Amino acid sequence: MFANINWADIGQASLDTLVMLAGSLGFSVLLGLPLGVILFLTGKGKLLENGPAHAALSFGVNVLRSVPFVILLIVMIPLTMLLVGTSLGVAGAIPPLVVGAAPFYARLVETALREVDKGVIEAAQAMGASPRQIVFGALLPEALPGIVAGATVTAIALVSYTAMAGVVGAGGLGDLAIRFGYQRFQTDVMVVTVLLLLALVQGLQWAGDRLVIKLSRR
Amino acid sequence: MISFQSVGKTFARATAPALHDVTLQVQAGEVFGVIGQSGAGKSTLIRLINGLERPSAGKVLTDGEDVGALDAAGLRALRRRVGMIFQHFNLLSSKTVAQNVAYPLKVAGVAKAQIGPKVEQLLERVGLGDQAHKYPAQLSGGQKQRVGIARALANGPKILLCDEATSALDPQTTEQILDLLSELNRELGLTIVLITHEMEVIRRVCHRVAVLDAGSVVESGDVAEVFLHPQHAVTRALVADAAGLGAAATPGALRLTFRGQATYEPILGRIARDTGVDYSILAGRIDRIRDEPYGQLLVSLVGGDVVAARERLSAAGVRVEEA
Ligand SMILES: Nc1ncnc2c1ncn2[C@@H]1O[C@H](COP(=O)(O)OP(=O)(O)O)[C@@H](O)[C@H]1O
Ligand SMILES: [Mg+2]
Repeated sequence: MFANINWADIGQASLDTLVMLAGSLGFSVLLGLPLGVILFLTGKGKLLENGPAHAALSFGVNVLRSVPFVILLIVMIPLTMLLVGTSLGVAGAIPPLVVGAAPFYARLVETALREVDKGVIEAAQAMGASPRQIVFGALLPEALPGIVAGATVTAIALVSYTAMAGVVGAGGLGDLAIRFGYQRFQTDVMVVTVLLLLALVQGLQWAGDRLVIKLSRR
Repeated sequence: MISFQSVGKTFARATAPALHDVTLQVQAGEVFGVIGQSGAGKSTLIRLINGLERPSAGKVLTDGEDVGALDAAGLRALRRRVGMIFQHFNLLSSKTVAQNVAYPLKVAGVAKAQIGPKVEQLLERVGLGDQAHKYPAQLSGGQKQRVGIARALANGPKILLCDEATSALDPQTTEQILDLLSELNRELGLTIVLITHEMEVIRRVCHRVAVLDAGSVVESGDVAEVFLHPQHAVTRALVADAAGLGAAATPGALRLTFRGQATYEPILGRIARDTGVDYSILAGRIDRIRDEPYGQLLVSLVGGDVVAARERLSAAGVRVEEA
């Protein structure tokens, strides 16, 4: 049944996937959240309305989102070298993963902020709150469930991105599935890795949903 | 306290101005009502007072400051002296009742140690002392508006702005919230500007009223005078909704208005008997304007000496008008 399976390889691949996921999700949120907030605030009729800045940021985000991830992996090699000292392995995969996912997450954050009741922002303005006080005291707390839901979606998208990171030798479960399961017809390896990926995706969705429910007070 | 001097407001890309040449004064300590149909410009007017909108023409003075000329910091400082409540309450759904009331205190930089007791005192005042740790979604509409009021009062404002504050509430809850506003007006000397499309709200709490139609003030004055003797067609329509005296217009009918103690005296019966006039009451209402009792009857007088009857009614302090 599991003739081709080397459980040590599977273990290592699982660990690689988890490290890539945690690292890239962390940095994507760190960069995407402020970017999403700025995208929102500079939008039309918003607190810090600024047409040119919004258009420029929005264009940059769209450019990054339209580049296929495999190409991003390769194009980014020089920058990745500069940032982490190598373009290979788990560490080499994280910068392109972040550059691929952060703009995506920024859009999800922007959407979550748009869902915040305009009246609530207006009430904060009427109290004499500054833009900064409104962002931290009202906007982000009100949008938190949406921001967390966006992080869940981003995490799951990152799981499938990590499968492609094998191109730079990053390893991971997706890489295992492609190299052994698909290219060498080792169906059992494919099945096991895909099941593990499924478990990961399910787990992320479950945890994300639970957190959103806990945070929602509506 | 608040003064509008020939104020106009035209929104970008709007065909007609939202407000046109509005001049009015709100005195310190009064409850001033603005009534008008939907789209008349009421919200625009009230939002000019705390600078949520800027005038396109004329001047708005709030507590001595020219709102249109303030910079961002000046505007924030002014807004901390002017509370505001809203039709849909606009509470932070992610925060508890206590945290909602604490927010404006944090915004104003009140020391942490003072916030807790202050919040407790505010919630006690609006009758929500036991709801501090609930979330807005767990409250009724009336309770949510009480939180809104506590929040608006947190920084001890001189002025409270109410944008359709009772329009989302049922009649009983509306009454309770209006009573609370009246109490706050009396106890704290709070100047209140409230806007509404319901004459009943004006009748219950306001001292003076301005009627807004298509962006212009068409009538203004003492609430009793405007309510009992509306001049403009729009005002009449708004009053008719409230008083139920609109429909029954019969040729030759008279509208009799009794105010104060006269409301409870048997004036009409006595005069009818003395002058040999028969009367039939077509419609009527006896109620109060704020605390003052009034009665308004639509009657037709037949037979006897109608002229003398009218004279004696007038002499007895009853206002007689052709309906
Ligand atoms: N931000 C805005 N931009 C453009 N038009 C507006 C805006 N706010 C209000 N208006 C218009 O101004 C008029 C008055 O609106 P408003 O003051 O909200 O009336 P009310 O509160 O009496 O219902 C309406 O015709 C409305 O469409
Ligand atoms: Mg309105």
